[in-house]
Amino acid sequence: MSAAVAARRDPLLPDRFRVTGRTRETADTWTLTLEPVDRDPLAFAPGQFNMVYAFGAGEVPISISGDPGRAGPLVHTVRAVGKATAAICDAQEGAMLGVRGPFGTDWPLAAAEGRDVVVVAGGVGLAPVRPIVYAVLAQPDRFGRALVLYGGRQPDQLLYSAELAAWREQGIDVDVTVDIATSSWTGKVGVVPQLIGRAALDPERAVAFVCGPEAMMRFSAEALLERGLRPEHVYVSMERNMKCAVGQCGHCQLGPEFVCRDGAVFSWPRIRHAFRIREI
Amino acid sequence: MKEMEELVAEVPVLSGLAQAHLDLIAGCAQNTRFDAGTYLFREGDPADRFYAVRQGAVALEIHVPAREAVVVETLHTGDLLGWSWLFPPFRWSFDARALEPVGAIAFDGACLRGKCETDPELGYALMQRIAQVIIERLQATRMRLLDVYGVEAAT
Amino acid sequence: MPLSTEPHTSSPADPRVLPRVGFDSLLAALQARGYRLIGPTIRDRAIVYDTLESSADLPVGWTDEQEGGTYRLARRDDEALFGYAVGVQSWKRYLWPPDVRLWRVKREGDSGFAVIPEEDEPPRDAYIGVRSCELHAIAHLDDALLHVPEPDAMYAARRERVFVVALNCHQAGGTCFCVSMDTGPRATFGYDVALTEVIEDGEHWFLVQAGSDAGAEVLAELSTGPAGEREMAAADRAVERAASNQGRTMDTTDIKDLLYRNYEHPRWEDVADRCLTCGNCTMVCPTCFCTTVEDVTDLEGDIAERHRQWDSCFTMDFSYVHGGSVRPSGKSRYRQWMTHKLATWIDQFGTSGCVGCGRCITWCPVAIDITEEVAAIRADDRGGPDQLPTERPPR
Repeated sequence: MSAAVAARRDPLLPDRFRVTGRTRETADTWTLTLEPVDRDPLAFAPGQFNMVYAFGAGEVPISISGDPGRAGPLVHTVRAVGKATAAICDAQEGAMLGVRGPFGTDWPLAAAEGRDVVVVAGGVGLAPVRPIVYAVLAQPDRFGRALVLYGGRQPDQLLYSAELAAWREQGIDVDVTVDIATSSWTGKVGVVPQLIGRAALDPERAVAFVCGPEAMMRFSAEALLERGLRPEHVYVSMERNMKCAVGQCGHCQLGPEFVCRDGAVFSWPRIRHAFRIREI
Repeated sequence: MKEMEELVAEVPVLSGLAQAHLDLIAGCAQNTRFDAGTYLFREGDPADRFYAVRQGAVALEIHVPAREAVVVETLHTGDLLGWSWLFPPFRWSFDARALEPVGAIAFDGACLRGKCETDPELGYALMQRIAQVIIERLQATRMRLLDVYGVEAAT
Repeated sequence: MPLSTEPHTSSPADPRVLPRVGFDSLLAALQARGYRLIGPTIRDRAIVYDTLESSADLPVGWTDEQEGGTYRLARRDDEALFGYAVGVQSWKRYLWPPDVRLWRVKREGDSGFAVIPEEDEPPRDAYIGVRSCELHAIAHLDDALLHVPEPDAMYAARRERVFVVALNCHQAGGTCFCVSMDTGPRATFGYDVALTEVIEDGEHWFLVQAGSDAGAEVLAELSTGPAGEREMAAADRAVERAASNQGRTMDTTDIKDLLYRNYEHPRWEDVADRCLTCGNCTMVCPTCFCTTVEDVTDLEGDIAERHRQWDSCFTMDFSYVHGGSVRPSGKSRYRQWMTHKLATWIDQFGTSGCVGCGRCITWCPVAIDITEEVAAIRADDRGGPDQLPTERPPR
């Protein structure tokens, strides 16, 4: 990652990328694939993010949700929640977007070597952890078992449904739940901590990577610790307002941490205070 | 084929109960099976029993006019299903539908209520465990009230 | 200007005496080298840092009377050039300007755009009359913007080019507490030339000292006299006056740990009752560096520009994530500012972020005093179960 930093010419200037594909995931979420216009393909580590810019609409941090092992298309799953994200989600094939990055710390897969990988995600939070699953599938001998515990609001708001089924086929223990559903849903209805409570995991062997809304991460981390995982084996990805992504604008500060540079991925012991002190 | 006492002892929420109490409870228990798609009970039915799911999945549904029925929770292996047997009017407050073939232990509500009346220690121990389940379900329900995955804040 | 915090040793650093009448020759020498002079001048009844042509532009014979929520100029009974404490704003205005354009993009072809980087022409400025607290503040800005994995190019360009004429204070301001923060009043690093202004026994002169090769070169062109024991003692007396007349003090003993364990202290509610979240403190503070970016498009929608502008952690937008602001209450925003300045800054950069210049006290409309707030928490140290770790666990 520091090599990527050293090679970066000006972290404030966007690189141009063209949209080469778009898939609608849910009513308000799209996955875009992007190719660079005049730079090398962007190499990244799972957990990192880019600042994505739509002409005249603004710029937002978006996790990279593609395969870190494949040099090639840049993949971003974006939820339209404001002006900039709506403009990005609106970008058709051939449209140009600006990209600065990658920024931030990665999911420490090395800490999970020889251990069971437990991916815990909620809502759009499945996007930043998908690269972990790709990495595990690419190097199965490097890790123990793999579990994906995923929760969403309703069945039609789940991301990557087809892929979740494919991962099951490939031997990953995938468990999915929704907050509420109609009777045509045959899956689980409940919350992610309940999935954690019943997951077939060995707390001594497990390393968990947790990503989703902050309240969901808080309850999930508590459930993981309740199961007996060691705090230093629980990692979360934090989100804060970001303008520069290089630690100079100050917006993303969380206590002493610059989330863009010291995070977004943090170990539980490092960041647990952020979940306890209100409005920190 | 396991004895009912053994099966009852395997129910997670009853773990740690004294053997004598487990035996008392087993005396009110019997095995049941439900095909996928069938209802274990419906809202308004007399709630004369409760269940411990041994295998399969059960959807708790609430019927809403002019809408598809809403699944408010699903229960799975090891979960306790039903507490309407505890207090009058002893009527189910939702539907329960087997999502897949379900094997469950059914406990006779009147039988157990009687035994709890005559053996307060059994009553207290059982109520403690059931209260624990209710608290966990309530907390999970509250988490869903937060609507953390929604775009707008829930309030 | 020297970018290191080590005292300069490689040039002849013997102090010399420059008479008052020779002061303009110092300014002229800098102008001859192509420097734009920036220094204190009176505008709108305040001392601000702006462009200077000669010593006539300095606030000659004026002083500032600073107290909590109060700033006035007053006539001195002498003709001191630097007889005030600190200007309203700081040198950050010039090193890290309030509004800069970062780049432009121009629509191009079919749904595309071209990126037009800025051709930054950084100014060559000479800062005249920089206080020791301000030198420390510039060093703190260096920590945040320069000595980082991705240094800011515009900041670096301005920083490298600046020539610093420091001024050892001979009078402390009403809200000054540099002694508490160990940031003054004597300048010990970071200058090309340091001056001490002495007005005694009918004489008016400057003790001048080089802090860099560039500074020594400039001083060599001036008509200066030797500085003997008498002159050194007079200069020391001047600085000692500033050290002993500090308007405020702050006990910084274990201040990081103190604040880290008092995030839920009721004093924050107390401050919140007074704080207007106006953000004045962040605007005048010489170390506050937070900025935002603003993307603006021209009327035809053809060209979009990105600007970087000063921002303040006191705004509601500052911590906005979708759904709302992480810090909606004024209490949390005041706490954020103060704990960053005095505590989390230490974990981030190894020093306090506060230099004791007192501007935040002076310019707060309701006279909130950071030294008083610290003292109040220290006097009623609650501790609590929810605290930040005093030693950061590994990532």
